[in-house]
Amino acid sequence: MAVDTAHPAGAVAGSGSPILPGALKDAFLTGLIALGLLGPLVGFETVVIDGALGLAYRPLVVAIMVGIIVAGRLILNLTVWSPNRPPKAQAGSSPVARGILAISPAFKPALLAFAVGFPFFATLMTGGLSESRYLIDLGILILTYVMLGWGLNIVVGLAGLLDLGYVAFYAVGAYTYALLATSAPVNDFFAAILGETFWANWAFWFCLPAAGAFAGLWGMILGFPVLRLRGDYLAIVTLAFGEIIRLVLINWVDFTGGGAGIASIPRATFFGIPFTAGEDGFAALFGLEFSPMHRLIFLYFVILALALITAFTTVRLRRLPVGRAWEALREDEIACRSLGLNTTNVKLSAFATGAMFGGFAGCFFAVRAGFVSPESFTFDISAMILAIVVLGGMGSQIGVAVAAAVMMGGMEMLRNLGFLKQIFGDGFDPSLYRMLLFGFAMVAIMIWKPRGLVSSRDPTIYLKEKKAVSGSLVKEGHG
Amino acid sequence: MSDNALPIHGWDKDPILTVEHLFMRFGGLVAVNDLSFRVGRGDITALIGPNGAGKTTVFNCITGFYKPSEGRLILGHGRAPTAEELDAVTLNGERGLSSSDAGVYLLERMPDYKVSGEAKVARTFQNIRLFSGMTVLENLMVAQHNALMTASGYSLKGLLGLPSWTTAQKDATERAKYWLDKVGLTERADDPAGDLPYGAQRRLEIARAMCSGPILLCLDEPAAGLNPRESLELNELLRAIRAEHGTSILLIEHDMSVVMEISDHVVVLDYGTKISDGTPEAVKHDPRVVAAYLGVDEDAVEAVEAVLDEATGAQS
Repeated sequence: MAVDTAHPAGAVAGSGSPILPGALKDAFLTGLIALGLLGPLVGFETVVIDGALGLAYRPLVVAIMVGIIVAGRLILNLTVWSPNRPPKAQAGSSPVARGILAISPAFKPALLAFAVGFPFFATLMTGGLSESRYLIDLGILILTYVMLGWGLNIVVGLAGLLDLGYVAFYAVGAYTYALLATSAPVNDFFAAILGETFWANWAFWFCLPAAGAFAGLWGMILGFPVLRLRGDYLAIVTLAFGEIIRLVLINWVDFTGGGAGIASIPRATFFGIPFTAGEDGFAALFGLEFSPMHRLIFLYFVILALALITAFTTVRLRRLPVGRAWEALREDEIACRSLGLNTTNVKLSAFATGAMFGGFAGCFFAVRAGFVSPESFTFDISAMILAIVVLGGMGSQIGVAVAAAVMMGGMEMLRNLGFLKQIFGDGFDPSLYRMLLFGFAMVAIMIWKPRGLVSSRDPTIYLKEKKAVSGSLVKEGHG
Repeated sequence: MSDNALPIHGWDKDPILTVEHLFMRFGGLVAVNDLSFRVGRGDITALIGPNGAGKTTVFNCITGFYKPSEGRLILGHGRAPTAEELDAVTLNGERGLSSSDAGVYLLERMPDYKVSGEAKVARTFQNIRLFSGMTVLENLMVAQHNALMTASGYSLKGLLGLPSWTTAQKDATERAKYWLDKVGLTERADDPAGDLPYGAQRRLEIARAMCSGPILLCLDEPAAGLNPRESLELNELLRAIRAEHGTSILLIEHDMSVVMEISDHVVVLDYGTKISDGTPEAVKHDPRVVAAYLGVDEDAVEAVEAVLDEATGAQS
């Protein structure tokens, strides 16, 4: 749009002739539009005057913003959009693209090495175990979303089935662990056979597979009613499914504890050794000085391992008939059926596999937080995971990982916008603009990379030479 | 064409597919109206007719994409089923019966994916349906899904990378390579299917259907959009498929050079009913076919009707 309107202004002037008048006119018009929009939107501020709500006006802020827009437009018109500028050669790839291509083989190992070494870097950077708590917490959060993104990627990216209720499986996994680990009968059962503390110490390791299996089962239960649905209808029903799970969790108070949730869930242990300051605790047994950070770092490696298992399994499954069937389903369902593929099974296996990884992540969430409540499983989480998958490039592993890091890390970084106070004054609270900036970033990515960060598809088998399939040929699926 | 002298044709003696009183109604519209014909084992059978005659509807009924309103579609594996076998299957409500030497399937009772997977009827589409974002080789691997799925132990053996799975995958690749050679696409095996030129996409679709190991191959306008040279190559390919694999072929086609050149048997449809059935030679000279295809002058209508009346009068 912007380019379209900018060119006629300069084109009249012709090549080599002064373009300033056109650019000025364009900038002036843009300024008028910006004034019209920002005048009421930014200009008015609600204030409390003597206990009553009133309006104050902030002409200075509006003036600054409009000034930035006019100046920016003028500079762009004179430089980037200028008709006198030699046209960019389209044939050759840009140096940036070539650079990315050159480092891409090393990218994955480097990323993996960074993920493995992250707790050490964080400790070194912040100068102490306790001080690195914020960074490691952030790392755990990002890795949880990487894992959720990879799980949803199976359903949305590979099988092409739009699932807006993925958080349901996250919730199923979390509640599976929360309920089993705090269950008195289960505890009594193990206490009678294997000792008092057995269940509290081992609950996570027993519940992890159970949570995955149970979430997978729920994935199939969701899969059955939506088999015949496509596109928008599929999206709405999966969205409803996510909400149903949450509402059941809220309202089935006897079983789930309702809105209050379930607290004091047993913490993770180092394969049966608790992270306590006591004699048989982790620190004492390994001859370390006790620190609550040990548990957190251990959790970091647990989620890293879970995420890597997810990635490894997905990569393997893609090269198996079931994975190819998922992708074939995304490409053309009717052709699949004409080749003898039972599309019911293909869809259910995709839903179940995706849900299973969601369940693992949910189980991990419960053990990390030590507390679950329906508040943690709102639609926002589904939307966030879906955004990660779409931004990363549907079907791409590395793209999803980068997108998760950018989205979750970026959201956190945007909390630290203190320097903006120097521009807009002390009354300015930058964290309020977090979502706005975030939205701008997403729009920008969708403009320049409409198919996600990694849009090309990796073939699963080849005869002579592995060639990436261009994103423009790959279909998004019908759901 | 000495068949003309004999009233009993090959397709009557050993049909691989028998269509009996097929009806397909969409609301008030009768797309296929009491259609019966046979497809001979090892024959190339052409289903022709003007646009909108109901050919593709018949195809969709045979391959399970539509459930016929009425009628029976009998597919015989190995040999034509005997009347007793047929009665047994029809009455007990099963989809099919198979013994060591023969099998009989009632296609109208089977869902689409079983028609392909169990009854071994493969099809192609009028508007090509390839997995365009997957490579040529991947397309052929998907076609062997059912066999590979079993070989991969429903993904369990495959995830562990057991040797039995690796061997099965290798065999499947060999089979894909064989068909790539057949259709001349070996060079492009690693290119996305959506990047191929139109004629190559048509050939790839046939290769993909053949990779599923069918005994009956249904082709919906395989020569549409091909130039004369490509049509000729297609004829060669279809002949080779029949000669080397014993696959029977049923095809819908408008290109008469293909139809008359390669088919053993032609069935002509118009407005959902069969108007002619016989060898290409016989069909070509059938006045009803000529009338349906070329149309007739106002004056000629009566003349043709007179001929038709005579013909039907002579029969009855």
